[in-house]
Amino acid sequence: MTNDPQANQVVRAPIHDEPPHPEPTSFWRRWVFSTNHKMIGKQYMMTSIFFLFVGGFLAMLMRWQLAYPWAEIPLIGKLLFPDSGGSMPPEFYIMLVTLHGTIMVFFVVAPLLVGGFGNFLIPLQVGARDMAFPVLNMISYWVFFLSGAVVLTSLFVTGGGAAGGWTVYPPLSVLKEAVPGSGLGMDLWILALGLMWVALTLGSLNFLATIINMRAPGMSWFRLPLLTWAQFVVAVLLLLSFPVAAAGLIMMEADRLIGTSFFLAHGLEIADMAVEAAGGGSAILWQHIFWFLGHPEVYVLILPAMGIVSEILPVFSRKPIFGYKAMVVAMVSIMGLGFIVWAHHMFQAGLNPLMAMAFMTATMMIALPSGVKVFNWLATLWRGSLRFETPMLFALAFVSLFIIGGLTGIFMAALPVDIHIHDTYFIIAHFHYIVFGGSIFAIFGAIHFWFPKMFGRLMSESAGKIHFALTFLSFNAVFFPMHMLGSQGHLRRIADPTVYDYLRPMQDWNVFITLSAFVLGAAQLIFLWNFVWSIFRGKRAEANPWRANTLEWSIASPAPSHNFEEIPTVHRWPYEYSSNGGGERDWIEQAEPITVEASGPVEEGEPA
Amino acid sequence: MSSTGAHRLLPIGVTGIDNRKLGMWIFLASEVMLFAGLIGSFVNLRAANLVMMTEAAGLLNRPLGALNTFILITSSLTMALAVGAIQRGNRERLRLFLLLTIILALAFMGVKAVEYGQKFSHHYTAHTNLFFSFYFIMTGIHAFHVLVGVIVLSVVLAKANSQKMDALVVENVGLYWHFVDVVWIFLFPLLYLT
Amino acid sequence: MSVVTFGVALFCSFGTALAGGPWLPENVSTIGEDIDHLYRVIFVITTIMFVLTQGVLVFFIFRYRQRPGRRAAYVHDNATVETVWTVVPGIILLVLAVYQWNAWADAKIRAPDSDEAIRVEILAQQFEWNIRYPGPDGVFDTQDDLTMKNQLYIPRGKPVLVQLRALDVIHSFFLPNLRVKQDVLPGPRNTILLWFDANKSGTYEIACAELCGLGHYRMRGQLFVYTPEEFETWLENKYKAKTPPADWGWGWEDGV
Repeated sequence: MTNDPQANQVVRAPIHDEPPHPEPTSFWRRWVFSTNHKMIGKQYMMTSIFFLFVGGFLAMLMRWQLAYPWAEIPLIGKLLFPDSGGSMPPEFYIMLVTLHGTIMVFFVVAPLLVGGFGNFLIPLQVGARDMAFPVLNMISYWVFFLSGAVVLTSLFVTGGGAAGGWTVYPPLSVLKEAVPGSGLGMDLWILALGLMWVALTLGSLNFLATIINMRAPGMSWFRLPLLTWAQFVVAVLLLLSFPVAAAGLIMMEADRLIGTSFFLAHGLEIADMAVEAAGGGSAILWQHIFWFLGHPEVYVLILPAMGIVSEILPVFSRKPIFGYKAMVVAMVSIMGLGFIVWAHHMFQAGLNPLMAMAFMTATMMIALPSGVKVFNWLATLWRGSLRFETPMLFALAFVSLFIIGGLTGIFMAALPVDIHIHDTYFIIAHFHYIVFGGSIFAIFGAIHFWFPKMFGRLMSESAGKIHFALTFLSFNAVFFPMHMLGSQGHLRRIADPTVYDYLRPMQDWNVFITLSAFVLGAAQLIFLWNFVWSIFRGKRAEANPWRANTLEWSIASPAPSHNFEEIPTVHRWPYEYSSNGGGERDWIEQAEPITVEASGPVEEGEPA
Repeated sequence: MSSTGAHRLLPIGVTGIDNRKLGMWIFLASEVMLFAGLIGSFVNLRAANLVMMTEAAGLLNRPLGALNTFILITSSLTMALAVGAIQRGNRERLRLFLLLTIILALAFMGVKAVEYGQKFSHHYTAHTNLFFSFYFIMTGIHAFHVLVGVIVLSVVLAKANSQKMDALVVENVGLYWHFVDVVWIFLFPLLYLT
Repeated sequence: MSVVTFGVALFCSFGTALAGGPWLPENVSTIGEDIDHLYRVIFVITTIMFVLTQGVLVFFIFRYRQRPGRRAAYVHDNATVETVWTVVPGIILLVLAVYQWNAWADAKIRAPDSDEAIRVEILAQQFEWNIRYPGPDGVFDTQDDLTMKNQLYIPRGKPVLVQLRALDVIHSFFLPNLRVKQDVLPGPRNTILLWFDANKSGTYEIACAELCGLGHYRMRGQLFVYTPEEFETWLENKYKAKTPPADWGWGWEDGV
């Protein structure tokens, strides 16, 4: 990579020079079937926020059942379950378990981080006018939308939605007789995931092509913002892991529809009725296939969140990110290791115990890059000048909660300990600390941070801080006790914990968790109000309200239709805060030409 | 940095590679993983059911499979010739070789249909046993890819004289077509020759 | 203001963490001792890391909050520091991984000798545990087998060898007080061998730990640990109580 911007201009893309097309004026082309990456990003974001509330509502119903098993649900019980006098039947509970997981993973966190922030920010951060393939991008969103519609429909079909857990392990998910949700609801689940595969493949293809090929002059790989790096890594993960699961989905639907037996052994019986299947298949095979997607998917949920935090911390610390290159190397090694640790979800599944030892060692090693990232974030704060606006609060909380989630991961990676805590609330606690305490906290931070660039207005700080405080406290109240319950052996996915003698003494905790969960749920309404109110009534934002360096802050708020008047030339890395070169100002934007003669060696170039 | 109309047709990026070609390579990487998932599952379950799988494999029609392999490899050659033709600007030869490729692709589908017919007439279907499940699913998904190829090739053929049809489009279709061919070269020995 | 909120919140989670402690249920098995030991080792290591990192985080939040006239330092790399915090945790994690191999091998690889062990077969189905002893002849699947539903009796201090299989879907055999968990796979070719022992008499619970259908939550069994003498007596009584085959030597006779 050369540091001379002139040299890059010769090679770089003539496509960037295209004069901006005029913004389409028709309603449909502008608001609905838009090919503009910013509109698509917002569409993804709005849809996912809708699903966040759907998935959250399902969680509230689950928590009610766990605290007060088989009690009538207040207000809506009689409406939902007239037959059982307002209390939920057990098959409904496992449908909640399944769809809460499916929706939160595939329809909330992944599309928010990748579809929402990926689409909105990648072209802005690399200095392009749009994605490489805007039409494919539009198709990606609408296929995702269709997928969401299918999964919502599945809630209302006969037998209810899929009920095999979000991992849909066969034979439970394949045999219609095994559980009511394995009827039409399961077919729709497979269809929805299949559509999701199409949407995400189109999205990742676009992300990769854009990041590889559409960087502005001077935007070398090691000048990319860490969020864009994260999106790059995530796109590779999705592109290579989802098709394997798609093959599995095809095989599973074939098992259900045309009587193959990829995942069915012979000689199965359900309720004393022999299952008609040729047999020879393997239930474990599906687990391998599912987790080959499922584990990279976990990194899809956390890597962009890490990227977001790596953007927010330097801005509000007025200090460069610490260890930029180590951060990049960490993300790339998480990607590499992420492909070879999937079987740690299957330690108790009947896997060859020797193979499990290899997977444990690889899993222990994947904690390393995550640890390096945490240390780098802490070092970024060191000797900074910290401001505590809402995005920063969420980013700091992310670091704190991610540490907890990371450390509890070591318990589960440890094979013998995992024997005891596998499939207990310990697991629930661990991954909610990662996916909620990590990803969703980062998402809240990111929404507050980039809101001005999206809508031209700032979100309310006071509402943001109240929302933060309530969310942080009630989140910990919900999920921290689950570590203890899980250690005690509290099973996940059971509709009634009071069935077991050894769980009954812990029922008070379940009530406490449920009440905290209701507070957590209610706190999100503050966010919703703040979000909607601020779109219309928020304080008008200037171009660079946070005094940040990345390219998106060099253009007006909200970002104009084709982003850049003229494609910017990038002169430095994105974290030039509090260096000598800025004079009075403590930041120098990526695209600012060098004017100060006495600038230090790091001014023009990459981090050492 | 001024822009000219000519640039619009050449979306060359910082890497010097056209976006569309880059996109096709990325797409194919994802396709490879789709078939890797199927082939990996097949290898896994074949090892677990070795006797049944090898016996059932013996029931396939090897001569027809070999014929299809030959047909598909030939179609890759004609596809390469079509790409060569447009690169030299020879639209006549482009049309000829595209047509030949489509005919060969249809021949492949025809032979496949004959094979499927034979299997069905002997009551070997996807739920007969695990081998035939894999056989029909894998060759079925492959045949779907061939079908998509035929459609895309026909569109290119229909627009072969249009100036919008630049060499890169044909190259991209060629890439896809070679990929479909390579998949078959993996499937043939896996299913027929084991 | 927000700093205070954040600090208080952090402190609360911090406090809960310490109060939580290693809160495992009573353990009555040999392998459980190893598992609990590892749990505590990891608990101590992670707690130290937790206190250090959260402490540093809170300290930095207070120490480096924005104040007039102070500018952030322009520091962004330090090769030595980076190497140290990569290598040191790397070594700890690797040692931790290797340290556990032995316990894992005891739990899942090194099966006890079947001559000394009590042998039991368990067939899981929606939503119950079918338990079978080989009977006086010591051979399974014969007339004299003893079958139980959801009740497993074992003698204290003797290894128990179990063959597990499921009839319909995946289940998971979980003994919380013995630190035993093993998924049970459906199909004749997926039988899994499992072993454990119990060193204290009492009644414990068997749970299903893998979602197996709408009755998953009530797929509960009981484990009775007896002294060897009690167990022998129980077994004998059970064998005696079984209806003997009705071979009386005469059928229904005509003209009586």
